[in-house]
Amino acid sequence: MKLTVWTYEGPPHVGAMRVAAAMKGVHYVLHAPQGDTYADLLFTMIERRDHRPPVTYTTFQARDLGGDTAELFKTAARDAYARYQPDAMIVGASCTAELIQDDPGGLAKAVGLPIPVLPLDLPSYQKKENWGAAETFYQLVRALAAAPAPRAERPEGGRPRCNLLGPTALGFRHRDDVIEISRLLRRLGVDINVTAPLEATADDLRRLPDADFNVVLYPEIAGTAAAWLERVHNQPSIKTVPIGVGATRDFIAEVAALVGVSPARALEACDSHLPWWSRSVDSTYLTGKRVFIFGDATHAIAAARVATEEMGFEVVGLGAYNREFAREVRSAAEALGLVALITDDYLEVERAIAELHPELVLGSQMERHIAKRLRIPCAVISAPAHVHDFPARYSPQMGFEGANVLFDTWTHPLVMGLEEHLLTMFRDDFEFNDAAGPSHLGHGAAPPSAPAAVEVPPAAATAPTMAAAATLAWAGDAQAELNKIPFFVRGKARRNTEAFAAERGITLIQIETLYDARSHFSR
Amino acid sequence: MTVVLDTLTRGTTPAPPRGQTSVLRERGQREVFCGLTGIVWLHRKIQDAFFLVVGSRTCAHLIQSAAGVMVFAEPRFATAIMEERDLAGLADANEELDRVVDELLARRPEIRMLFLVGSCPSEVIKLDLSRAAQRLGRKHGPALKVINYSGSGIDTTFTQGEDACLAALLAEAPRAPADAEPSLLVVGALPDIVEDQFRRLFGELGVGPVAFFPPRRSGDIPPIGPATRVLLAQPFLGDTAQVLERRGAVRLPSLFPFGAEGTTAWLKAAADAWGIDPARFDRVVAPGQERARRALERHRATLEGKRLFLFPDSQLEPPLARFLSRELGMIPIEIGTPYLNRALLAEELAALPADVTISEGQDVDRQLDRCREARPDMVVCGLGLANPLEAEGITTKWSIELVFSPVHGFDQAADLAALFARPLRRQSLLRV
Repeated sequence: MKLTVWTYEGPPHVGAMRVAAAMKGVHYVLHAPQGDTYADLLFTMIERRDHRPPVTYTTFQARDLGGDTAELFKTAARDAYARYQPDAMIVGASCTAELIQDDPGGLAKAVGLPIPVLPLDLPSYQKKENWGAAETFYQLVRALAAAPAPRAERPEGGRPRCNLLGPTALGFRHRDDVIEISRLLRRLGVDINVTAPLEATADDLRRLPDADFNVVLYPEIAGTAAAWLERVHNQPSIKTVPIGVGATRDFIAEVAALVGVSPARALEACDSHLPWWSRSVDSTYLTGKRVFIFGDATHAIAAARVATEEMGFEVVGLGAYNREFAREVRSAAEALGLVALITDDYLEVERAIAELHPELVLGSQMERHIAKRLRIPCAVISAPAHVHDFPARYSPQMGFEGANVLFDTWTHPLVMGLEEHLLTMFRDDFEFNDAAGPSHLGHGAAPPSAPAAVEVPPAAATAPTMAAAATLAWAGDAQAELNKIPFFVRGKARRNTEAFAAERGITLIQIETLYDARSHFSR
Repeated sequence: MTVVLDTLTRGTTPAPPRGQTSVLRERGQREVFCGLTGIVWLHRKIQDAFFLVVGSRTCAHLIQSAAGVMVFAEPRFATAIMEERDLAGLADANEELDRVVDELLARRPEIRMLFLVGSCPSEVIKLDLSRAAQRLGRKHGPALKVINYSGSGIDTTFTQGEDACLAALLAEAPRAPADAEPSLLVVGALPDIVEDQFRRLFGELGVGPVAFFPPRRSGDIPPIGPATRVLLAQPFLGDTAQVLERRGAVRLPSLFPFGAEGTTAWLKAAADAWGIDPARFDRVVAPGQERARRALERHRATLEGKRLFLFPDSQLEPPLARFLSRELGMIPIEIGTPYLNRALLAEELAALPADVTISEGQDVDRQLDRCREARPDMVVCGLGLANPLEAEGITTKWSIELVFSPVHGFDQAADLAALFARPLRRQSLLRV
């Protein structure tokens, strides 16, 4: 058993729903108790879908458990086929139905529907949403694209073709990433054979083997299917995820090398403003901003590269909630001299952020909660995301336009360069002070409701600090001096000073101690 | 799937019988929340209580999806997520639960009441949470009370979770002596501001002492006995009402306090039980009635004559339809409810228009067919259906707001009406 306040990922059948809801003509019959239909609102509300997800639930209740839940499932499958006439059906069980062991796959087979019906085995007590999406997509691809027909040779002068794999319903900016990367590939002279699962039909999946190669946009979702396509249909995969200017250039180079075209045209057409915006002198204030990054592995790793190479930030923490990609995150963190935080425990992430006192958090909706409480600026870079992260405007994360979006959304929450200086110079200004938050976000953007929250909360304090607190005291003027330090680094300064004092056996911290500690830690 | 048509003989009080209304009973896909969802408001109501769901990742995901939009602070609820190894043997699951509770109490030592909330998977594997509650109560008591109830989808639909919670919580209520002075117990989680309004009204009426249940602090559970008179503030509290009646408490039947009419009838039930002079009653309620009627006028123009179709959600549907039809002139076509408690709703059913269809249970696909065919002016439904129906050109009011807003009593009557008027006003404003 695991104590959980918030979860980063839903259960695996929600992953299956994301695939089914993304596709056209695929229906999901889910053996599940009453109440599991809540998952519909993820799609209709968070993503504002204008259709119900193509899911039929058996919604059994206690009184059904004594009777024939298997018959209930068969009726649901039969009725769903009759009503929705899908081209393919996936069937499975949610966590509770898994326990009653009705075998939806066998039952659906017994119904004898005239369409492909795929049983999904998604172990709810071991796996989570992303895994469920990956497994569902893999099973669909395997079943529908199984035909071993050899790929027709591309006619002389014909454009190479690829599949775009991974975008789903409820994906973080998937809709716009697909548009951006499709455009980029066409400019490179590559046509899109099939995009899947988003907007794909069962027939589209049957056509997957016609492509020359696959582009894996979201390895969390398409990795398994792409590996199978590579093995069985001999389709190589492009593994670079084009988030950020550098990664997009690498992506172009990888595709160009694979299909034997010149990358020049696509590279010349680099329409990202990021490089110049970042070199523009007003961006100097971004230098060395301490940033904490957490999300799904793909987005977190990509964000770390953009943060260091394209924004000039210092990454002070990097982690991901999906253990399946822990190795990749660990090596990315190592390259930055960090130890990766691999956890799906929200409280652990909160502790790490409180400890590190970053100046910016790049995370998911969960980290937005944390950052709001700790009053640290935050931008969302990964699922799970909120309704606000499904913007009306075109807002990709990938490609050159995606890099523009990253620059804007990551810098927007920050206090701008000169304002930062003014805050430090005129600390006591009644109207413009650091507790009021960046002035361009309007006063009250960071309400000074919980000033104590800036400090490390007791639950998160490390043992040495707790021990130190018992024997250490701050002289009144030293405390006042501490309060003149901008709030976003004040906690860090406090901890450093206390550690410095404790090491030297100082029990009363004076102004001198504060500045000695500052000089010590700035090396 | 099974469709049973039966008829319901209308209640005889307070209105005379006016014929019969058909009740459509359906079984099929039920597009409703499970009882765990009630934790979203219950954890705010009882401020020193904590709700620990013993369930799966799905349970945790449900609560945060239903609540995640609204709750930003660390909530007073969590899920003990069962994993593969917990399912291997029950002894293990109990030890694991004890460990999780220890962890929780270390983090939140200020908790005075812990609810262990059963879920679908914990029910199916027959994890005995009542024994676990006793064991943990002995271990951590008396500073901590441990209570269990089931909020599982196989046992409860949405607001039935509150019913199950309150029924379980009543076990903590001390027994009032048989010769105690009569006291009034208002049952059902109400917003604090509404409680305060009702408390003032009862005071002016001379009805009292009054206690509200659930209390704001877990230690403030009032004694209950034969001298207790009960007003239900919510229509979905069937089990709680039964437990109260077994304890000898007497329920005062009435309309529910939605709208001026409902609130008047509800207060009147208590005033009559206390033998309050009718002139005094009229004098006390007149200002509230007047304010409600005046404020409702504004919305009547928007809502009058509009045809209304309610999908089942919270069991509030019959009283809401009564309010909307009688005080705002809306025309209910179908009133869906997940469960119809005829005894508690006798007065409400009698006050509904004669030709309305009441449907109990759900087959969501068939109900959507009926709804599309009826082309109502407004549909009241859950969040899973609202946007899809809007996309078809049908104006909706999403129902979860009705359990998240102060809607009871005179001074909220117009707010309640506004919740329905706003989508229609919006339709008339938009030119895109």
